[in-house]
Amino acid sequence: MTELERYKYDVLVIGAGGAGLRAAVEAREAGLRVAIICKSLFGKAHTVMAEGGAAASMGNVNSGDNWQVHFRDTMRGGKFLNHYRMAELHAKESPDRIYELEMWGALFDRTKEGKISQRNFGGHEYPRLAHVGDRTGLELIRTMQQKIVQLQQKDAREYGDAQANIRVFAELTITEIIKEGGKVAGAYGYWREGGNEVLFEAPAVVIATGGVGKTFKITSNSWEGTGDGHALALKAGANLVDMEFLQFHPTGMVWPPSVRGILVTESVRGEGGVLTNTLGERFMFKYIPEVFKDKYADNEEEADRWYLDQDNNRRPPELLPRDEVARAINSEVKAGRGTEHGGVFLDVSKRIPAEVIKKRLPSMWHQFYELAGVDITKEAMEVGPTCHYVMGGVEVEPDTAAAVGVPGLFAAGEVAGGMHGSNRLGGNSLSDLLVFGRRAGMGAAAYVKSTTPVAVSDASVKAAADRIQAPFTRAGGENAYSLHQELQEVTHNLVGIIRTGSELQDAIGKIAEIRKRSQNVSVAGDRKFNPGFHLAFDLDNMLLVAESTAKSAIAREESRGGHTRDDFPGMSDKWRQVNHISSYNGSEVVVREQKLPALPKELFDLFDVHELEKYMTPEEIAKGGSN
Amino acid sequence: MARKVNLRIWRGDSNSGSLQNVEVDANEGEVVLDVIHRVQATQMGDLAVRWNCKAGKCGSCSMEINGKPRLACMTRMSSFEEGEEITVTPLRAFPVIKDLVTDVSFNYKKALEIPAYEHPADLGPGEARMEQIDVERSQEFRKCIECFLCQDTCHVIRDHEENKKSFAGPRFFIRVAELDMHPLDMLKNRKRTAQEEHGLGMCNITKCCTEVCPEHIRITDNAIIPMKERVVDVKYDPARWLGSKIRRREG
Repeated sequence: MTELERYKYDVLVIGAGGAGLRAAVEAREAGLRVAIICKSLFGKAHTVMAEGGAAASMGNVNSGDNWQVHFRDTMRGGKFLNHYRMAELHAKESPDRIYELEMWGALFDRTKEGKISQRNFGGHEYPRLAHVGDRTGLELIRTMQQKIVQLQQKDAREYGDAQANIRVFAELTITEIIKEGGKVAGAYGYWREGGNEVLFEAPAVVIATGGVGKTFKITSNSWEGTGDGHALALKAGANLVDMEFLQFHPTGMVWPPSVRGILVTESVRGEGGVLTNTLGERFMFKYIPEVFKDKYADNEEEADRWYLDQDNNRRPPELLPRDEVARAINSEVKAGRGTEHGGVFLDVSKRIPAEVIKKRLPSMWHQFYELAGVDITKEAMEVGPTCHYVMGGVEVEPDTAAAVGVPGLFAAGEVAGGMHGSNRLGGNSLSDLLVFGRRAGMGAAAYVKSTTPVAVSDASVKAAADRIQAPFTRAGGENAYSLHQELQEVTHNLVGIIRTGSELQDAIGKIAEIRKRSQNVSVAGDRKFNPGFHLAFDLDNMLLVAESTAKSAIAREESRGGHTRDDFPGMSDKWRQVNHISSYNGSEVVVREQKLPALPKELFDLFDVHELEKYMTPEEIAKGGSN
Repeated sequence: MARKVNLRIWRGDSNSGSLQNVEVDANEGEVVLDVIHRVQATQMGDLAVRWNCKAGKCGSCSMEINGKPRLACMTRMSSFEEGEEITVTPLRAFPVIKDLVTDVSFNYKKALEIPAYEHPADLGPGEARMEQIDVERSQEFRKCIECFLCQDTCHVIRDHEENKKSFAGPRFFIRVAELDMHPLDMLKNRKRTAQEEHGLGMCNITKCCTEVCPEHIRITDNAIIPMKERVVDVKYDPARWLGSKIRRREG
């Protein structure tokens, strides 16, 4: 065993996607020493996959837009289960975060007047997404990556060491958040390259690890989306809120198998893409829910006119929120009107000239041409739902991103819960990363300045080290790859897009069974860049996340957003007032109910009361807001 | 539908290594990375390979396939003949860590050497106005997914370790070009620094980098050649030289 590497920082950021990098920049600019940890190389985070754009009500394309409209859209999209304060902060601060990126060198697409251009997206009333073709996420990551390089160049000039105050630890896995005396003291992990262990002592830890997609069989997420932060937070004593809500993006690729699940951006529909079944029907008109009837066109003529005149026509139903479109596609396929590969057709070729498609959707063209042999300027794409995003996540204080119940722990981005309620609107994720990444950095900086760091004890180090060594000490145990596949089968079949009580019960039993067997995983080979070894820890995280999701899902006896119960098909006023809080008791996940914070009067009054009547109880309406 | 394919995978570390033959199933529509994953899950649990998005967007799974720098996620199995042997080896320009994984830290060091974007001091949030046509020139280079295939294939450093110190490589020439063409960037003399400090002059425009770029960025034509031309102009034309001294920015 080589000697333990030890580092001391003020703030440790776990995750180098949009939220993590934004948090790191903020904490560093507050004068603190910051370490950024990533499982991959720097700049490869899943944020690079985000295509459509970042939602911010700058009003550059339609001056009617403002934060209040954005707030309303976000709450509607989340079916009013969002934490109102997060949705409010997000809507108010997104424009500033976009402008800030521009000042760091980002190059967004422009309007004719030379302002940042904004595009239409599902659930957004006005064109709102700042974008760079269909590679907006890459632009965000690169801009912040280069901002960090700039901070390092400054430190190199001032201190002779680029890594003096901000350092990226790439290809390193954190296995544990260490607490001493009830508050965060640091984190423990290992270098993926050599397997040698590392201790970080830091009074504040920001979790920004992204999502959980790899828990599922068909997902748009990369291997990194294994719910690490969700599990680390649970084990450190934090809560997860509403883990039953998973977003199945309606349009993932379904063919060929190698690309199954990979995202087809919503911009394809935003730019005029139409969904049809194998009978050639434009089926979305059949699936407009009651609550959205006044905003979406119920006939093709009006839907088509909307692309030319948005003020006098209702939107095409292809642009309904993602949960609605995913369920519609699922129903069409189940009714036998799907393609042989289990999808439906998405066609942009009949509406837009080839050169415009290549210009506006360049990576989509590239992705289909190179990976599926399909030229989307001439043919339809085959698409179907794919597990894309988890709305549930770490319960946080909205203003500081502090994890409830664990002093020194913060969470931002996909790993945090509450912001998106039961369903996230497209484009609200990139802006979420920026708004709450910054707030987590600020929150952590304020906390560090007001607390005294505690040292990590030898006992904590030993316990963390023993856990890493364990899979090597077991010979002939379970294979992590097979257990992962088994878990994916269970979640796909029993905790997927349509759920029922009996199947969820079955899933809870099966997940517990796999978790038991996973305690006996053994690893072949040594510690050096060994994917089997790495998966052993990822698997443990995914199992806890799946347990939390299944247990929250069985408790919620209604259908709302990213949670659809075949046995409880409607939305219920009662359940809208309930958050599910998952915690970990040392052996299993326990789920309890907690009351959702009510809208304060000034936000309540932003809505037409008749709209709120569709979601709220008469008592809530009569009260007219919480203050 | 599955067919058997023969893969030769380089396995080893910085000390030693060799090609190992393995027979594995390949299904219709799969790419090389799928097949490598199958080998990993069924035959070599500790086979080291980097990957992330599996959609050609993150630039992690760079390796050499039959000697050519490629992304494994974008190389379709159907591009090989029936029975053709497929050899996968780590990137040659960088030191091997294990199996198909190399130490690419050279690139991150070079990134630190390129001076950052400088925003105009008098331009506040939301005040920037730029024409689409002007941002598009830099946007082409900002498509870069940092797969480093261009760095790997560039013969200035591929077999010349000694050149690495003074040569930033194509990835960072497009970074300089991107900043140089950025409508708002205020830093002066980017082209000259590229020439004098980052080794632009060592490039003899064989276009190998452009050929391997999975994003189809015209590295040589749109970044390197224009910068070389302008450097020559600025350096050897006395009138231009004088102009660059009085104007806000060089050439």
